[in-house]
Amino acid sequence: MQSTALVSLIPLFPLVGAIVLGLVALFSSHREVGPDKGLVGFLACLGPIMSCIVATMLFADLRTNPQGFVHVAFTWFSVGSLHVPAEFWVDRLSGVMIMIVTFVGSLIHIYSVGYMQHERGFTRFFAYLNLFTFSMLVLVLAKNLPLMFLGWEGVGACSYLLIGYYFTETEKAQAANKAFIVNRIGDLGFLIGMFVLFWYLGTKGVWTVDFATIRENAHLITPAMAGVIGILLFVGACGKSAQIPLHVWLADAMAGPTPVSALIHAATMVTAGVYMVARMAALYNLAPSTSHVIAIVGMTTAIMAATIAITQHNIKKVLAYSTVSQLGYMFAAVGAGAYSAGVFHLFTHAFFKALLFLGAGAVIHAMHHEEEMDNYGGLWKKLPFTATTMLIGCVAIAGIPPLAGFFSKDAILFAQWQQGWYWLWGVGLFTSFLTAFYMFRMWFLTFLGTPRDHHAYDGAHEGPAVMNVPLAILAAGTLVVGFLGLPEAMGGSKFAAWLAPAVGAHAHLPADLSGKALEAATYGLHQTEYLLAAFAILGAVAGITLAFLRYGGQATPVFGRARGLFALFQNRYFFDHINDAVFVRGSIDFLGWGFRHVVDRWIIDGPIRGLPTLYYKFSDTVRVMQSGAVRTYAYAMLLGTLAILFVVMSGWSLLRF
Amino acid sequence: MHPAFFYILATVSVLAALGMIFQRHPLSAAVYLVVCFLGLAGLYAMLSAPLLAILQILVYAGAIMALVVFVIMLLNVRDEDLPHEPHMYWHLGGGLALGAALFVVLSKAIHKVPGEAAPTADLVARYGEQVGGAPKFGGIEAVGLHLFNQFVFPFEIISILLTVAVVGVVVLAKRRI
Amino acid sequence: MVPTQYYLLVSAALFCIGLAGFVSRRNLFIVFMSIELMLNGVNLSFLAFSRHIGSLDGHVFTFLVIALAAAEAAIGLAIVILIFKNAGATAASDALSVDNYQSLKH
Repeated sequence: MQSTALVSLIPLFPLVGAIVLGLVALFSSHREVGPDKGLVGFLACLGPIMSCIVATMLFADLRTNPQGFVHVAFTWFSVGSLHVPAEFWVDRLSGVMIMIVTFVGSLIHIYSVGYMQHERGFTRFFAYLNLFTFSMLVLVLAKNLPLMFLGWEGVGACSYLLIGYYFTETEKAQAANKAFIVNRIGDLGFLIGMFVLFWYLGTKGVWTVDFATIRENAHLITPAMAGVIGILLFVGACGKSAQIPLHVWLADAMAGPTPVSALIHAATMVTAGVYMVARMAALYNLAPSTSHVIAIVGMTTAIMAATIAITQHNIKKVLAYSTVSQLGYMFAAVGAGAYSAGVFHLFTHAFFKALLFLGAGAVIHAMHHEEEMDNYGGLWKKLPFTATTMLIGCVAIAGIPPLAGFFSKDAILFAQWQQGWYWLWGVGLFTSFLTAFYMFRMWFLTFLGTPRDHHAYDGAHEGPAVMNVPLAILAAGTLVVGFLGLPEAMGGSKFAAWLAPAVGAHAHLPADLSGKALEAATYGLHQTEYLLAAFAILGAVAGITLAFLRYGGQATPVFGRARGLFALFQNRYFFDHINDAVFVRGSIDFLGWGFRHVVDRWIIDGPIRGLPTLYYKFSDTVRVMQSGAVRTYAYAMLLGTLAILFVVMSGWSLLRF
Repeated sequence: MHPAFFYILATVSVLAALGMIFQRHPLSAAVYLVVCFLGLAGLYAMLSAPLLAILQILVYAGAIMALVVFVIMLLNVRDEDLPHEPHMYWHLGGGLALGAALFVVLSKAIHKVPGEAAPTADLVARYGEQVGGAPKFGGIEAVGLHLFNQFVFPFEIISILLTVAVVGVVVLAKRRI
Repeated sequence: MVPTQYYLLVSAALFCIGLAGFVSRRNLFIVFMSIELMLNGVNLSFLAFSRHIGSLDGHVFTFLVIALAAAEAAIGLAIVILIFKNAGATAASDALSVDNYQSLKH
């Protein structure tokens, strides 16, 4: 690993931006006229763009230097055998992540300048957004677990701040609280996992939290222990990446401004869990059962979220559940040991989901903050550019070749098949069908048919150039990035080869084959790939067709009434209701009673009232001794000295230790 | 020096000290104390501490006691100003009894002090010889070197203490600064 | 040569006399002088021990004690003057009693 101080520059730029903008926001908050929006927007975009440039330079060097670059900025803390430096590490895995974060982040910053133009707290918004970029970069660049946790908590805090951006509306503030609290539950798992890992490696003589050192010493961990640590860390990932049962916050997180949803709740932060699992690949490889659990949880989340998505009316909620669903795919991939496939889907997803969210943002912007699809329709004529870019995004996520989503999703499904988890493959295929269905349902409802809200329709217009350019760039990216990860049959994934030094190569064929056997196996593999891909395409096309039949041509689409399974989907499997009944009411009724009548009365008030009384009585008794007469003190001192001397001189055994 | 000097000086010091605490008027007590200090200075000289013997006379008997006497006379303490001490001798008897008890304990401890004083030849060997054959031990040169070589920090601290004392006295004495 | 122990006995005697004076007298000046006497008793033992082991450390300590006594005398006597003046203005008798100094407690 080479050392270069450039690495530390990457998170530094957005941090400086956040501090400067934060101070500006702080000092201008009481003014009628805020600071100049053009200048603030320029400052806000500067940090991520500079980071993006530096990241690109390092990324280019990674081609010849697979081990990457390290820079120790400073020693964060050092206690006993625990040594934690603020050490940043660009290797091929984090290199991909910083490219996503800085590139997509920069585009979203630019887009936000247009989107947030008429909002109050313009400067505050960008201060948060820069701070988020900084935290996310710390998360992905961290070379040890505590530093990653710092970034992990940092993005959580920024997510909280940005979801609650319109904090004057109670509902949105509550959504922020929900996200924060649910994430804390996951973080507890992450923390405990980190402690257990540190402690366990310590008992084996390796006191470390460093990723590289952990990877080198992973063989010291027993499979059972690796499973425990893996599950605990996965609980953290569940919270951050919205997996069952901690997925409930992501849909509510749509309360934040749309660019925030695009950046934080689609492209970057929510993928941190996937990144973390890929980072700890060495650990998860030791625990196949834990990995299997991860894959099952991922796939379950994927289909569950997809079924919920088909019932949503709010355009952002559709995208939110779609995100949850795609994150489920990613976990299914890393659970199957196909870390490169998972990270590849993360990579392509960042493009097309950011594109979809920004497109949705453009629609919402055009429709005067109307988010219900019931009031859309026929916007194709008014917003042709947005409609085209969103169509590209929808095709990509639906899995139509040769767009990005097809290749990445195909790799994931193939990984399930190869593991022999055929039923997971089946669920994945069905989810893929559902994905195509709900995405095109959204698109048809929005852009086809006749307008359902004529007033808003008449006022709709395309956004400014600062919003359209990022859309165009992301759409172009969505069209091409898929070719980085071709299946084996079509030449093999460049992406997987790229990531191999960081997460290990994913072998498609047994290593001991040669000659005819190898040829035969390769042929079989390729045929399987083609066959499975055909199934996937078929599923996607079926989904699109169904969506067109159901929502495409009709002037006023019929929204299904909540009945049977549909009611289950529309009520989000009653997760919120159960949480509310068990945890919220439970804690209020039971814990609240306990705290009020037991803890408060006896454990808090008891000592608080008792101790002063005790002291008072005691001091009342002994204060008569404080006469103030110096001679009395002198007598007491003398007598005491004499007593001690007598004891010492007589050699009393108590004093002879 | 002849051991007889020790007995004479020791007797003078102890008797003067006893006399001091039995005086009613502080002025006569101060005179007794000065006598006691002079006796002590002689003892210091016998202990090869000529510098401190001189300091005892100059600073203690001279400056500090002069200051005490000066204050007593400045206040013009008359008999009626003295505190009323009706049972002074009883009190003193009690105090001396306690003191005697402490003395017994201390003398038992002193009894256990091992060995003998270092011979003069030893001191001469370690600290050098002055003109006239006495060791440099306890002389101004030896003590000064010791003070400024090994005890510079305490020395500086005590100088700060004296400065603080001077400032404190000024604050106390002046009504208006 | 006189044994060190004899000097120490004299030192202990002076200290105990000083202590007796300190605890049994009410006259402020005499109490003050008793303290000086105790200090001198200690000084004597310092010097005696110094001679005993042939080290000059005891001399330095004695030197420091003398400086300390000087500071103490300066401050103590200034306080005595102030209180004597104040007490003299109100109640003539007992102005020099140590019991008067209970007022310093507050």
